[in-house]
Amino acid sequence: MTNEFLLVFRRDYVSKEPPLSPEQMQAMMKPWQDWIGSIAARNKLSNPGNRLAADGMVIKPNNVITNGPYVEIKEAIGGYIILKADSMEEAAELSRGCPILNIGGNVEIRTIIPMDN
Amino acid sequence: MQENELIPHLFRTEYRKIIAVLTKLFGMEYLHAAEDIVSDTFLQAAETWGLKGIPQNPTAWLYSVSKNKAIDFLRHSKLFNAKVAPALKYAQAAMHPIEIDLSNENIRDTQLQMMFAICHPAISPVAQIGLSLNLLCGFGVEEIADAFLTNKETIYKRLKRAKEKLRAGKVKIEMPPPAEIDSRLDTVLTTLYLLFSEGYYSTSQNTTLRKDFCLEAMRLNLMLLEYQHTNTPAANALLSLMCFHSSRFDARIDKNGEIVLYEEQDEKLWNKELIAKGEYYLNQASRGKQVTKYHLEAAIAYWHTQKEDSVNKWENILQLYNRLLQLEYSPIAALNRTYALSKANSKQEAIIEAEKLQLKHSHLYYSLLAHLYMDSNKAKSIENLEHALRLAKTEQDRRVITQSIAKHFPGTSLH
Repeated sequence: MTNEFLLVFRRDYVSKEPPLSPEQMQAMMKPWQDWIGSIAARNKLSNPGNRLAADGMVIKPNNVITNGPYVEIKEAIGGYIILKADSMEEAAELSRGCPILNIGGNVEIRTIIPMDN
Repeated sequence: MQENELIPHLFRTEYRKIIAVLTKLFGMEYLHAAEDIVSDTFLQAAETWGLKGIPQNPTAWLYSVSKNKAIDFLRHSKLFNAKVAPALKYAQAAMHPIEIDLSNENIRDTQLQMMFAICHPAISPVAQIGLSLNLLCGFGVEEIADAFLTNKETIYKRLKRAKEKLRAGKVKIEMPPPAEIDSRLDTVLTTLYLLFSEGYYSTSQNTTLRKDFCLEAMRLNLMLLEYQHTNTPAANALLSLMCFHSSRFDARIDKNGEIVLYEEQDEKLWNKELIAKGEYYLNQASRGKQVTKYHLEAAIAYWHTQKEDSVNKWENILQLYNRLLQLEYSPIAALNRTYALSKANSKQEAIIEAEKLQLKHSHLYYSLLAHLYMDSNKAKSIENLEHALRLAKTEQDRRVITQSIAKHFPGTSLH
């Protein structure tokens, strides 16, 4: 049976990244596009997901709001995609080529439980 | 033009126009009546013109005869009381002529409305293509059967069922309200895309007919661009795609109707004018931020008009396929993406990716594997070509594969 799996990409948050040139940007995007394209070519992509900006907020009880960036978080979420796979093992196999692994990050895989079940 | 060529020619250009105007006047539930009137008109033309000679203005003759037949029909049917009489209530009903507007403007507007009526979400895509070919392009049952490689009865039944659906669905011949145009246009574009593909990829030997299908799809697409609300980036991108593809029409089919592979095409036969048009519409499509699959496919087709291989060309094609597959998976896009990967990155990487695709029902999959293994593993390459040969369904596909074996591995006996 085909399930959906959420892939969350995490890596150390670097507070002051120098802005990338268009060429650097393209060079950075290519491995990601090739990897996602490879998953899509096997018809295993459910949603190409998104990249996430570094800034954000965390809302806690009693109206406590923390502004990002989160210096205390070593592993910030940088983006996500959704796969369709027959098993967690297959989802893991598909994740092995993720470019985040080459820059010291990691991929967290979670099974999606459909709302109507 | 001789009489024996003139009537078929006029049938192709005028049948659809008169049908659309009459059906709009009568209502979709009387489509068959409109069809009968126009068929009768052409029958009468064949008889009369043969005896008395061709009239000075044959088109005007057809319009005038079909108008008279339509007025007769309205007068003698209940439709007159229900539809026309109330409108004439305050005029001198009996004396007042019934208006049948066969002006160029009205024909153009009505054809556009008819396109939206046929490409209605309630009608299945297969039925939409048949109806478009018949009612929007004026192709007869015989021609449609020829292109679909099937018999007339099958097409006749298919069209009959589709027309029943149009009637039952009480689809109105009108433009959708502005708020719905975008979503309704999606269906229209899909149908035009399929109509074009039917002509471009058909295995029918009738090359002229196949080209006509493509030209008709382009003509209908152009009609969309002439109307402000349907002149969208997606519609421009689709026309761009069709221009780029059809620029290779003469190069991709040889004198015997055989397919010539892209690598072996004589680029002198590529139509420069159509390539320039494709570039023009691709620019028009780039207004706004929307990127549809037609944009991506048109951009891929654009890069294929650059015959010379370069890293830049294949890197662009690879990235376009990566994005296309994220929008919509298709086995053929997956195969083409892997080919581009071999050109942009390396054959080794492409082999690893290709082995994962597992498109085991497609002869093209094994042909691709054979191509990728050609330099590094002869045995595997031959094995894959043999596999492709076993899966190939048409004589044409088998010939391409056998030729490839003979060319790259001369003297190989097949298993």
